[in-house]
Amino acid sequence: MAEMEIDVRGQTCPIPLVECRKALKKASPGDLVIVKGTHPASRKEIPMACEAMGLKVLEIEDKEGGKEWEIKIRR
Amino acid sequence: MGDKDPEISRRGMKMGEKTVIILHSGDMDKVYSALIIANGALAMGMEASIYFTFWGLMRLKKGELDKGPLSKMNMLGLGRQMIKQRMNKANVASLERLMNDFKELGGKIIACEMTMEIMGLSKEELRTDWIDEWGAVGSYIQEARNANVTLFI
Repeated sequence: MAEMEIDVRGQTCPIPLVECRKALKKASPGDLVIVKGTHPASRKEIPMACEAMGLKVLEIEDKEGGKEWEIKIRR
Repeated sequence: MGDKDPEISRRGMKMGEKTVIILHSGDMDKVYSALIIANGALAMGMEASIYFTFWGLMRLKKGELDKGPLSKMNMLGLGRQMIKQRMNKANVASLERLMNDFKELGGKIIACEMTMEIMGLSKEELRTDWIDEWGAVGSYIQEARNANVTLFI
């Protein structure tokens, strides 16, 4: 099972969502996709998108005193 | 198209979840709205298509995607320049990038044939690499028939 990390720190709407979707498209079932970002709305919208697609969000972690976040998704 | 990862679709996506946008305006800010919404729909597991008509179709001319004026306060291009600078500063993606992402995620582009006739446009003048279908009102209705979200911009 592969691990894929995408860095969208500093990117704004809609890039974090779009890059996350592109990574999920490339990943194989079971792979771990880790998204690192700073855009506040995407922190809640990426999990919404995952839920809509039936994918499991394993962890949402805040970093750098809340300025950054990291979302782990099981494809 | 859009079915490279059927596993995702089968597990979560309800059949027929679709966003269909008519882009009638050629204004830069409205082209942004259309492409951002359409990309958002694809990113959230829906299908998406954009029907380019009238002034919107002008944006499919080669090299013209980001050449539209601002819908308000264009001030002979001065306001447009200012907004572009502010967009750069806010790290907003270019329209070219949004279009490429839209296509990569399986988005569909329909070009209005009547507009081509009115404006005297030939297919050679348009970005045919982006266009999936040439059509008229019937194509839009057929797309929108089973869509949950449809917008006129």
